[in-house]
Amino acid sequence: MSIEIHEVNVTRRKVLTAATGVMGAAGATFLAVPFVSSWQPNERAKAAGAPVDVDISKMKPGQMLTIAWRGKPIWVVRRTPEMLAMLPKLNDDVKDPFSNSSKQPAYAKNEFRSTKAEYFVVIGICTHLGCSPLYRPAVGSDDMVKNWRGGFFCPCHGSSFDLAGRVFPDVPAPTNLVVPPYNYLSATSIRIGENPKAGKA
Amino acid sequence: MSNETKSNPSGLLSWLDHRYPLISTWNHHIGQYYAPKNFNFWYFFGALALLVLVNQFVTGIWLTMSYKPDALEAFNSVEYIMRDVNWGWLIRYLHSTGASAFFIVVYLHMMRGLLYGSYKEPRELVWIIGMLLFFVLMAEAFMGYLLPWGQMSYWGAQVIISLFGAIPVIGPDLATWVKGDYVISDVTLNRFFALHVIALPIVLIILVFMHIVALHQVGSNNPDGVEIKKYKNEKGLPLDGITFHPYYSVKDSMGVVFFMFFFAVVVFYMPDGGGYFLEAPNFEPANPLKTPAHIAPVWYFTPFYAILRAIPDKLMGVMAMGASIGILFTMPWLDRCKVKSIRYRGVSYKVLLAMFVVSFVVLGWSGTQPATPETTKLARIFTATYFLFFIILPYTSAREKTKPVPERLT
Repeated sequence: MSIEIHEVNVTRRKVLTAATGVMGAAGATFLAVPFVSSWQPNERAKAAGAPVDVDISKMKPGQMLTIAWRGKPIWVVRRTPEMLAMLPKLNDDVKDPFSNSSKQPAYAKNEFRSTKAEYFVVIGICTHLGCSPLYRPAVGSDDMVKNWRGGFFCPCHGSSFDLAGRVFPDVPAPTNLVVPPYNYLSATSIRIGENPKAGKA
Repeated sequence: MSNETKSNPSGLLSWLDHRYPLISTWNHHIGQYYAPKNFNFWYFFGALALLVLVNQFVTGIWLTMSYKPDALEAFNSVEYIMRDVNWGWLIRYLHSTGASAFFIVVYLHMMRGLLYGSYKEPRELVWIIGMLLFFVLMAEAFMGYLLPWGQMSYWGAQVIISLFGAIPVIGPDLATWVKGDYVISDVTLNRFFALHVIALPIVLIILVFMHIVALHQVGSNNPDGVEIKKYKNEKGLPLDGITFHPYYSVKDSMGVVFFMFFFAVVVFYMPDGGGYFLEAPNFEPANPLKTPAHIAPVWYFTPFYAILRAIPDKLMGVMAMGASIGILFTMPWLDRCKVKSIRYRGVSYKVLLAMFVVSFVVLGWSGTQPATPETTKLARIFTATYFLFFIILPYTSAREKTKPVPERLT
């Protein structure tokens, strides 16, 4: 048995096909939401950001401590007076001397990029592609380039920073090293991951 | 296409063939697939790539039976495979050596395409699907390298994922989304494991299938770059063609034997490939607080890595690295010379191609070296010549002084 179709309404067919297609695409978009956002950091990862405390009472001048905070290396450097004296002299040599286009809390946006000039707290991750640079504090370190003036050197792609984490020009890193939020619990203890309470420096 | 079923198959074969296009599929792709009769050494690498793919699948499945995708256990589970699992050392070395072998045969396979113009009309899609395969293979290799959770695994992944962070506006969020955490963590490892053993292998299989289907639709190119379909006998079969089976199936198995000889030498006598296939820092568990003093990706990524490192600007570096791979997709249109094979092409293409190959090799070498002013300068020079190949090619290839191309295979 056959039914004869005399005329196909092409316009109607096109409208229906287009409408179905649009609805299907909208549905697929909605369906993609859970799959795409499933890749976002989960609740456990978000919760694992508690502050950590560092005891700096035993640090010798020039020494650097590395502590893990949120899985990242955090450096605390006890800078010597000579190191601090060198920093203003480098203002003309670094890319962003006053850290205007770099990330740091307001209380660390100053000459030495720290609350107390002596102790420098910074995230030890290169702003280029995330390697952890090497600490080469001595002027003219053997394994560094000529005229090395003390600072950090990233072995991955050759970026270099001074002892305030300020990036030198002509290296791939775009900005200065990032300073995390931190505050002094006492003269010998720093809490990393928490801003100072209002009223305290 | 000749899918005439000459003799009436009987019994089981006939029963099957009524329900599944067994004989016609065999004939179309193997039994009566006519390939040019003059394939040389360069034509082994397609079949060898398929062989390595099978090796990676089989050894990979066996490895998942003992490996633990967990940041606390991954490194130790690899050592457990090496020491305690029966034949685990062999299966792992077959897999790790297979990864490097894969890139060796794929690079030679692509070189063949550049030598004989296999990307040219009508094989543009064969080339593009092949480039997609290359791209997915790089992603597959990169994710696989994170799994042993050694120092190089960790910091290599850190650098590559940070590349996404260079994209303006969405970059940093995108990098976090890929990691599933604010740092590379257990979440990232588990995710990469899923992608490495399920998602990307499926994509690879589909692309390999499409690569072969597209090739068999247009027919194979050859060292003379002459279309064999131009001259056919009274049955419509190419005069200069021979069937894939038994002619090339037998020839390729000779290639397989030679390949396996070299492969076995590496697996048994130098499984770390002299520090290039398995890098020394990766024998140390991942430490998120300390980058190894000298980090370099595995050798097959170093040419592109050297380009990234050569450019003293984060975004431009990432873009140049992306472009160095992306631009290869456009080869069929950048090369405007009608003559396919290098045998009959002009001097300009030979010089340019030589420059390109030298650039690729030097970049690859410099990418394995520490970043010193000298290696950076070297990488900058050869980054320039790498891209110069693609910039000059459209002009010279349009006015190339070619030699006469023979009508039939020589």
